[in-house]
Amino acid sequence: MQKKVFSLLANNTSGVLSRISGLFSRRGYNIESITAGVTADPRYTRITIVTSGDDEVLEQIEKQVAKLEDIQVIKELVPDESVYRELALVKVRCAAQERPSVIAITDIFRGKIVDVAADSLIIEITGGIEKIDKFLNLLEGHEILELARTGMAGLSRGIENVTFLP
Amino acid sequence: MIGAEAIVKCLEEEGVKYVFGYPGVAICPFYNSITESKIKTVLVRTEQSAAHAASGLARISGKPGVCAVTSGPGATNIITGIATAYADSIPLIVITGQVKSDLIGSDVFQEADITGAVESFVKYSYLVKKADELPRIFKEAFHIANTGRKGPVLIDIPIDIQQAPVKSFKYPETVNLRTYKPTVKGNSAQIKKVIKELNRSARPIICIGGGVQLGGAEDLVQSFAEKHGIPFVTTMMGIGTVPTDHDLYFGMVGNNGKPYANKAMNEADVIMMVGARVADRAISQPDLITKDKVLIHIDVDPAEIGKNAVSSIPLVGDCKAIFEDLNSEEFDIDCTKWVKELKKYKKELCPVRKPDKKYVDPQGFIDILTNKLNDTAVYVADVGQNQIFSCAYVNIKDNTRFLTSGGMGTMGYSIPAALGAKLADPKRQVVCVCGDGSFQMSMMELATFRQHGVQAKIIVFNNSYLGMVREYQHYSYKDNYSMVSLDGSPDLEKLVSAYDFDYFRLENMNGLEKTIDAFIKDKKNCLLEVMIDPMDLVKQ
Repeated sequence: MQKKVFSLLANNTSGVLSRISGLFSRRGYNIESITAGVTADPRYTRITIVTSGDDEVLEQIEKQVAKLEDIQVIKELVPDESVYRELALVKVRCAAQERPSVIAITDIFRGKIVDVAADSLIIEITGGIEKIDKFLNLLEGHEILELARTGMAGLSRGIENVTFLP
Repeated sequence: MIGAEAIVKCLEEEGVKYVFGYPGVAICPFYNSITESKIKTVLVRTEQSAAHAASGLARISGKPGVCAVTSGPGATNIITGIATAYADSIPLIVITGQVKSDLIGSDVFQEADITGAVESFVKYSYLVKKADELPRIFKEAFHIANTGRKGPVLIDIPIDIQQAPVKSFKYPETVNLRTYKPTVKGNSAQIKKVIKELNRSARPIICIGGGVQLGGAEDLVQSFAEKHGIPFVTTMMGIGTVPTDHDLYFGMVGNNGKPYANKAMNEADVIMMVGARVADRAISQPDLITKDKVLIHIDVDPAEIGKNAVSSIPLVGDCKAIFEDLNSEEFDIDCTKWVKELKKYKKELCPVRKPDKKYVDPQGFIDILTNKLNDTAVYVADVGQNQIFSCAYVNIKDNTRFLTSGGMGTMGYSIPAALGAKLADPKRQVVCVCGDGSFQMSMMELATFRQHGVQAKIIVFNNSYLGMVREYQHYSYKDNYSMVSLDGSPDLEKLVSAYDFDYFRLENMNGLEKTIDAFIKDKKNCLLEVMIDPMDLVKQ
């Protein structure tokens, strides 16, 4: 089993995300995360999918996704040649006297405190999956009340792999 | 002009001659408008048959078959027909009526999320949101259905869209689909590699799949094989592509195929799979056809290549374009020794049946029947033992067509598919062969033939069992027959006389030729009941 990140450019039509996720579920492929958002050209949606499988499965995933009528481009985001980011919002239980330690960890990870309440904090943190995992590990001892992760978004570095649309 | 009239106009623009279907409130505006058109409507007796009939028409005419049904149960009833077409890559346009746009999602009477329900069985689907979009959507739908790897496209049209005014109707001349551009031409470097491999091959074989007929490449593939003396086999969907008495033909492959066809595949050093997807019933052990062999896989769908077997030379494109290219290449191989070897296997490995003389032997019956049919006859086989017997013993002449439900194995396919095939080309002989099980899944369509004046020639193999399952229970469940007896079936003579059909019957091989002649000659609708040994096995 290996992990791969695919970047898709798809028609921005209703149901396009369900067509893609439906393909994954009915063929038994894994989705570790999926993110979608409209591109600078409103006709298209950029979708980043993190998936895993053996070589044959990953090859089939690429082909089956490419076969969907709504897909313009599917490309692999190779780790060394790409940038990945994920955003997480973490709500931790935090009494006033515990705040300094939580803020200190947040600062080290270049996170932001975006909400403060009497006994909780919401932290916003951005980075690769591992960074976020490490941050959550370091929060050990503070109860995580709620967690929202966006899933990974990514782009390839440089101009070589850019698809210029007509 | 309103939406419903626009839909009819779109179908006229596409040259559609028949619409198969079943009405209901949500599709009534469409069926109201179509009476003004020259397009003929055919009322089937259950929606599933509409899709099968459209499939039969599509396979003979080469154009997408069209069916139109209502929302809710009408739409869900047609799903099996859509899935059947999808599994065999048959182009269909399925129009479904839908409840009013602003009621969608509120579970009103006869509402079903049909685009959601058919997602995995269609090539594409549309839910129409504006009547003005109808011309573009229909143009795209016909294009998508009938190009690349063909398949069904569903268009779900809410009743208010069918009733809404269309400001100006203009049917687009071209389609502009940014993200859908199937590969037609084969990569020339890959074609060179194919030639190179064939050139150094001593035992090449061509395995012809259903894609060859769908791509209209029958003659090109046959002349390629003949030019170089390369032997060929077919999958079930490939039957009808080449004459069965051809010197280079070595039968159907697969677990229900000929032992010598499978042997040919196993002994070959280069296998050319053409328009075939290496399905489990054709190739049960894909590693056997890749181990120590070169697998050249030619398919219009890149996702099929490498799905079930890893090929040495993938070649994506339309069979017709690729074989035009291959036919223009010169190379020289000598397969005479290999063909001689295969002929020896054919003689040695030809299974000999031991039929019970009290009954009709399916082998002898199908052999004589298909010898008596015209060159251009269409033979429609259903699913079950009748299908496997048909595949094994049908005689295919130059232009015979063989239709069956291969991928999905849908019982009840043959009767409606024969209806569609006959309408596609009324001059052709069309015979439909089914079992007593599959007949009873579609026998309501006898009325459709009668109502629309379409000639029916139906043959029913009666063995009083669901024979294929009984055979499976014989081999795998120690003859513990469960749910396979067809006791209680109707007297077919009485049944068909109620539909004003002529009735013929064969108890055993006595008078076989005479009865077949009379059946073929009959100008009326007719049914021939053939009594088969209930204990007969396709694998003996």
